[in-house]
Amino acid sequence: MEIPYTVAERPDTGLNNVKLGIWLFLASEVMLFGGLFSTYVLLRVGAVEWPLGAEFLNIPIGTVNTVILIASSVTMVMAYASLKLGDFAKYKTYMLATVLLPVLFLCIKGYEYYEKVSHDHLPSHSTFLAIYWTMTALHGLHIIGGIVVNGYFWGPGSKMWHVKREMFENRVEAAGLYWHFVDLVWIFLFPVLYLL
Amino acid sequence: MDDVTTAEEIAHAEHGHEEHELSFLQTYVFSQDHKVIGIQYAITAMLFLLFGFTLMMIMRWQLAFPFRPVPVIGGLLGANNAQLMAPEFYNSLGAMHGTIMVFLGVVPLAVGGFGNYVLPLQIGAPDMAFPRLNMASYWSFFLGGIVMIASFFVPGGAANSGWTSYAPLSVIATEGQTWWLVGMIFLITSSLLGSVNFIVTTLQLRAPGMSFMRLPFFVWAQLVTSFLLLLAFPPLEAAGVLQIMDRVADTSFFMPSGLVTGDGPLEISGGGSPLLWQHLFWFLAHPEVYVLILPALGIVGEIVANNTRKPLWGYRVLVASLIFLGFMSFIVWAHHMFLTGMGTTISTFFQTTTMIISIPSVVILSAMFLSLYGGSIRYTVPMLFALAFLPMFGIGGLTGLPLGLTAPDLHLHDTYYVIGHFHYVVAPGTIFALFGGIYYWYPKATGRLMNDMLGRIHFWGSIIAINCVFMPMFITGLAGMNRRLYDGGLEYAHVQEVLEWNQFMSYGAWALGVFQIFFIFNFFWSIRHGKKVGDNPWDSTTLEWQAPSPPPHGNFSTPPEAYRGPYEYSVPGASSDFSMQGQAPGANPEPAKV
Repeated sequence: MEIPYTVAERPDTGLNNVKLGIWLFLASEVMLFGGLFSTYVLLRVGAVEWPLGAEFLNIPIGTVNTVILIASSVTMVMAYASLKLGDFAKYKTYMLATVLLPVLFLCIKGYEYYEKVSHDHLPSHSTFLAIYWTMTALHGLHIIGGIVVNGYFWGPGSKMWHVKREMFENRVEAAGLYWHFVDLVWIFLFPVLYLL
Repeated sequence: MDDVTTAEEIAHAEHGHEEHELSFLQTYVFSQDHKVIGIQYAITAMLFLLFGFTLMMIMRWQLAFPFRPVPVIGGLLGANNAQLMAPEFYNSLGAMHGTIMVFLGVVPLAVGGFGNYVLPLQIGAPDMAFPRLNMASYWSFFLGGIVMIASFFVPGGAANSGWTSYAPLSVIATEGQTWWLVGMIFLITSSLLGSVNFIVTTLQLRAPGMSFMRLPFFVWAQLVTSFLLLLAFPPLEAAGVLQIMDRVADTSFFMPSGLVTGDGPLEISGGGSPLLWQHLFWFLAHPEVYVLILPALGIVGEIVANNTRKPLWGYRVLVASLIFLGFMSFIVWAHHMFLTGMGTTISTFFQTTTMIISIPSVVILSAMFLSLYGGSIRYTVPMLFALAFLPMFGIGGLTGLPLGLTAPDLHLHDTYYVIGHFHYVVAPGTIFALFGGIYYWYPKATGRLMNDMLGRIHFWGSIIAINCVFMPMFITGLAGMNRRLYDGGLEYAHVQEVLEWNQFMSYGAWALGVFQIFFIFNFFWSIRHGKKVGDNPWDSTTLEWQAPSPPPHGNFSTPPEAYRGPYEYSVPGASSDFSMQGQAPGANPEPAKV
């Protein structure tokens, strides 16, 4: 017996296994970052003084990075839409952009980290910098995970499109859901850390 | 789901995986079959249970005979020349006993073991939805276990800040604490992968006709448990990451300003909150209590229905209570923190939710008791364990009520009363249910029954010994004996009158250890020498008994279908006293061999 509903939707739930699985995984991720954001709120409320983000962080650079990540979310959607329309060449282009944009994001982030280190603004400096480093680094790990997965579906994994098309589309959709989530986390992180 | 990439591989996979010749490693070590993974989980978890239990038996020596050399193994304890147990080592034993029993023993056995093995069979699925994730889940658990065990050998020994790892003590503790945190992150990853898999499997892979209200109670229990694991564990992962940062990168998430230790003021930025750790920890650890108990309730439900030969009383109410219990378990966590000074308003809120959560628990327990009424009970070994579970869990639950109220908790907090309370829930409660489950499903996994006489000796010995261990804890706890005391309370004037119980409890614990030998022997002996039985030795109704024993790869050779509810025992007018779920109406009482 084969495992059912790996590709097709189950009629009564309206989902295939992959899609349900990725949503459950994202629910768990929400709780992970929820725990960290709660930590931020609790520590800030209890703090005697709390610096403005701008005192330590570079807002223009953060803004550029936000734009880059949002752009990568757009290209991710375009990649998936191209697949659905059967245009594999376009898919490859958009997916490549989805892989390269977050690489650029990480380079800029790396420059920011370098600046912090050279000013001795390490996590042990203050609670604000501690939470900045921890949350952006954890988000950075999620970005790296996304790059690996999307890179795989752009490169070696994309061969599957020629043989099991629907399954491949489902996988790209799941990768896309994850990617939008990572993007969304940054959209919360940016104002919370840089602007407030 | 075969993760195939190249055209050749795909063409190869099209043949279906029954035809593959799997190597020994693929079959028994890196297996993706839910039954093999379930057995791997169960055996590993039972070894950890034995290890965690051994740690406790060593602790009980120090409590019963403080400052006397530990016999036989004294030289191994890393203590001083006199073969005395060092206080730090005692603390490590305490912390690791809790951690190992909860995270490496009971949960992996109840969820990873029983869930993996039984759940897909009960819903009529060929395997779990994501077999590869399932394998990854087991190996992540295994690595976490290795890290935990290895931490005993790092300088300063294993984690010694209690299984709760309260900050700031845990942040300034020895290196073992970092290993503990890393181990926990592996375990959390494992439970995340597992819980996603369980939920998807239950929702997606149910056989035709297996509607939600036809799911066996065990499946419901596992489903709710999986949601708890999925949503409650990540905040502890976040907390674990923050504590690692505190320990490794010198941040101050959990470190308040102006902290002074024996070595003088700490050089930290400060501004953190020790209470924050407790909130994040108990946000996991209270749902974790229900992760420990719900699968056990599921197992007991199956055994009770089967051995009373009548349906579970109030199936729908049971399911509703289960879901309500799961939901409520997310908003009771701070009842562990009444003494922290978080404020009476918050305490009142959590006291109220705690009283509310006792309602569904009592409903479930009452329904189980009512199921016994009027049944023609078969006193099989699994049933003995299930019957013992009911009052033992009852004692554990009812003694919890005073702890949930802020006023009595002031007196009882951190005493042996608390230890007695939660051990009644988990040890003669959950672990007895798990033993019952092992005796019950053993013939499904091996095709043979476990030895009945050895099982009865195991049961009667364990039930008497375990009560000798935990019942006196209520006495010493009410007298005010604190937990986590290296000398068992020797120095405290107010507990002198109850000190004698320490030895009594220790003898009980060692006797309990002796009776487990009967189980261990039985478990291995019966693999070859147990009585051979057919596919359905207990005359049970649920789908797993329709598969061959042991079930082959893919479980069922013809796709099963559910025609009726899970517990149709003694249906009036039926030709036998059980109507199997997979038996078409009007067909022969014995379903066709599949």
